[in-house]
Amino acid sequence: MSKEDNMQTLVAYVENKPGVLNRVSSLARRLAINIDSLTVGPTENPEIARMTIVAHTDEKGGHRLEASLEKLVDVLLAENISERALLERDLALIKVLADQQSRPHLMELIKVFRARVVDVAPESLIIEISGTVDKIDGLLEVLRPFGVLEMARSGRISMTRGGDLLRPPEPKPAPPQTLVTR
Amino acid sequence: MKLTGAEILCESLTKLGVQHIFGYPGGAILPVYDALGKSKLHHILVRHEQGATHMADGYARATGGVGVAMATSGPGATNMVTGIATAMLDSSPVVCITGQVSSKLLGSDAFQEIDITGITMPITKHNVVVSRAEDIARTVREAFIIANSGRPGPVLVDITKDAQQASCEFDWDAAAPKLPQKRVRDNHDQAEFDRAVEMLNTAKRPVILAGRGIILSGAMRAFEQFVRTCNIPVAMTLLGIGCFPASDPMNLGMMGMHGEAWVNHAIQESDLLIAVGMRFDDRVTGDLRTYAKSARKIHIEIDRAEINKNVQVDAALIGDARETLEKLIPHIANPERGPWLAHIKELKGDSAVRDIQSLPDNGHLYAAHVINDLWKETCGEAIVVTDVGQHQMWEAQYYHHNQPRTLITSGGLGTMGFALPAAIGAKFAKPDSEVWVVVGDGGFQMTMCELATIVQEKINIKIAIINNGFLGMVRQWQEFFYDKRYVATPLVAPDFAALANAFGIRGERITSRADVLPTIRSARESSQTVLIDFRVEQEDSVYPMVPAGASLHEMIRRPGTPLVETASEP
Repeated sequence: MSKEDNMQTLVAYVENKPGVLNRVSSLARRLAINIDSLTVGPTENPEIARMTIVAHTDEKGGHRLEASLEKLVDVLLAENISERALLERDLALIKVLADQQSRPHLMELIKVFRARVVDVAPESLIIEISGTVDKIDGLLEVLRPFGVLEMARSGRISMTRGGDLLRPPEPKPAPPQTLVTR
Repeated sequence: MKLTGAEILCESLTKLGVQHIFGYPGGAILPVYDALGKSKLHHILVRHEQGATHMADGYARATGGVGVAMATSGPGATNMVTGIATAMLDSSPVVCITGQVSSKLLGSDAFQEIDITGITMPITKHNVVVSRAEDIARTVREAFIIANSGRPGPVLVDITKDAQQASCEFDWDAAAPKLPQKRVRDNHDQAEFDRAVEMLNTAKRPVILAGRGIILSGAMRAFEQFVRTCNIPVAMTLLGIGCFPASDPMNLGMMGMHGEAWVNHAIQESDLLIAVGMRFDDRVTGDLRTYAKSARKIHIEIDRAEINKNVQVDAALIGDARETLEKLIPHIANPERGPWLAHIKELKGDSAVRDIQSLPDNGHLYAAHVINDLWKETCGEAIVVTDVGQHQMWEAQYYHHNQPRTLITSGGLGTMGFALPAAIGAKFAKPDSEVWVVVGDGGFQMTMCELATIVQEKINIKIAIINNGFLGMVRQWQEFFYDKRYVATPLVAPDFAALANAFGIRGERITSRADVLPTIRSARESSQTVLIDFRVEQEDSVYPMVPAGASLHEMIRRPGTPLVETASEP
C-alpha cells in the first residue's frame, strides 16, 4: 500500500489512442504535481488502456488530480485509491557484476528475495524481481556492493484488493447526445 | 451525396445552428473559405485572429450559445492563443477551427506548420486534429457538445488541408457524435445535502456568494427563489454580475479586491457562506488564512475539481446550479434575519459618505461619473463590454446590471484588448441590443484594428474610452506599493476621435462632466458606431482596494475628503 506521505496512487481508464498520455502528463505538469511513476497498458478491451499514476502530492492534490483527470474527454474514469487496501507491484531487471567469487553469494541473496536469474554471462547476471517498491529497493541495496551495471524498472501497477472492483464503464447503447443550448 | 471536407464543415456548422463565423483566411484553410463562399454562413473578416476568438467569446457570453472562430495554420492559429485562454478561464463555449498543413507534411516543419493542438492543450477543454474528411462532421458535432456541456469551455478543431480537399459521402445521421463513454458519477450525497440544509437553517449571519455558474446554468429564477426563501443577502463575483438584479435590496454588490467595503465586511463577519457557481479566486478571497474565519461554507459547483481547491468547505453539493438550488429550496425555512441585515445596512451607510458620487463636483471628470451617467442614460439595459483595469472595476461598481449576460468582461485571465472585439461578437449575437464598449486607453490600443471590422460589417456599437493617459491599474499599484515610481505606465495615445474619423467612424472627445450626458445621448441616437474619448482624471484610483495577499477586510479606502483640486470648473 502506498501509505507514504505525499504519495498518491491513482488508477485511470483512458481511451487507447495517441496523445492521451500527453494530456495526462500535461495536466499533472499544469497542476505542478510531480509524477513519480506512470504506467500504461491495454486492458482486456483493446480500445481502453489502464494507467497507474503515482504522484508526489498530498491528499488534496490527489483529489484535484483525480477530479481534473476525469474532466479530460479521453479519461473514462479516474480514482484515487491511496486510502484503499491495494496490491502494488513493480518489476525490475538488474544487471549486476558477478565473478566466480561473488556468484555463490549473489545466488544466496537472490533466493532470500525470491528473485530470479534470467540471464547469465561470464562476468554478470541479470536478476528479475517483482514486488513492492520497498522489496526491490531492498534488493538493490544489498546488490550495490557487488556492482550494479544497469537497471530497468517498470514503474508501479496497482489494484485494489478483493471485491473492491475498479472497472471501466460498461459499454452501453449510446445515450442521445444532443446539443446543449441554454 | 459526395462533398469535400470543406463543404462538410460548412454544412455541419449550418446544421448546428451557426450563423456567424469570426475569422481570417490563409493558405491552409483556403478550401474551407472557398466552401464558405457558397454557404449561407456569414463570415466576419477580423483584423487579427485574437480578435476572432474574442468575438466568438463575446458572442457566446451574450447568448449562451457556441461562438465560432476560424483561422489558418501557423501564425493564424497561434494568434488565437490569448483568446482561447480567455475563454478557458471564464468557461466560455467557443469552438475554434484552424487549418493545418496536409497530413503527409505533419511534423516536417512545413510552411506555416505549428503544433497548435500541442500548444493549446492546457488552455482548451479539448482539442483534436482531423486528418480525414470522413471524420469532420462527427468531430465538429462532438466539439459543440463538449464546448457547451457541463462546465463550458473552448474546443479547438485542427483540420488538415487534405482532409478539407478530399471528398466523401456526407451522411449527417451516420456522423453522430461518439464521445468516449465516461463513468457517470453519482454526486448526490444525502449526508452532505442534509448537512447543508442544517447549516442553511441555523445560520445567523449568512452570505451567498454568487458566480457565473448561475448564469451558465440558466439558474436565475431558481436562484432568486432561493434567495427569497432563505432570506440571505447576495455578494457577487465580477462574472456573477447580472445573475441577480442589482436593484434588489438583497443584492450587496461585488465582493473581493475592489468589492464595496460593506460586502467584504459582511463576508468576513459571516457565519455561513453559500458559494454558488464560483471558484474562490484569489481576487475574491484575499488572504486565505484570514478569509471568513468564523464561517462554515457550502459550495454548490458543477466542477468537482473546484471543491476544496482554494477554500476548505463544510458541505460540497456537486452538480448543476439550477438543479441543486431547486432541490434545496423545499427544505429551507424562512428565518428572521433582521439584526444581520440591519448590521449590513449600517456598514453600507458608512461607505456611502466615501462614495465618489457623493463628493462635491469640483469640475473634474472622473471615470466613475462617466460610468454612472452611462448607466443612468441607458437605464442599465445596455450590454456593456469592458476591458481590463480600472475602468473595468468602476464599471462593475457603478453600472448596475439587472439582467444576466449584460456585462461581458474578461475576469479570470484579465485580457487587455478583449473589449472591442468581444463587443463586436456580442452585437452579432444580440443585434437588437444596445452594446457599449467601456475600455481604457491602454487596452483599446491593443486591438483597435478591429475598428475596421466594425466599418466593414456596418455594425452599430458605442465605444467609451476611459482615457487617463496611464495604464491606470498598474499605475495605481505603483502609487500604493512602489512609492509612485511610475515605470512604463504613462502612455501616449493617438487622438482617438481623429483615429475614429480615419476609419470612417464618428469620434468625440469629452473633457468636462457637463458634456458627458449630452454626448452619450447623441451617440445613442446615431444609427452608427460612435467613439467617445473621455479624458478623465489621470491619477484617480479604484477604491476600496484589498492589496494582493492582504485580508479581505483590510481595505484601502477612498480618502473621505474631496479629491485634490487642480483646476476650476471650466
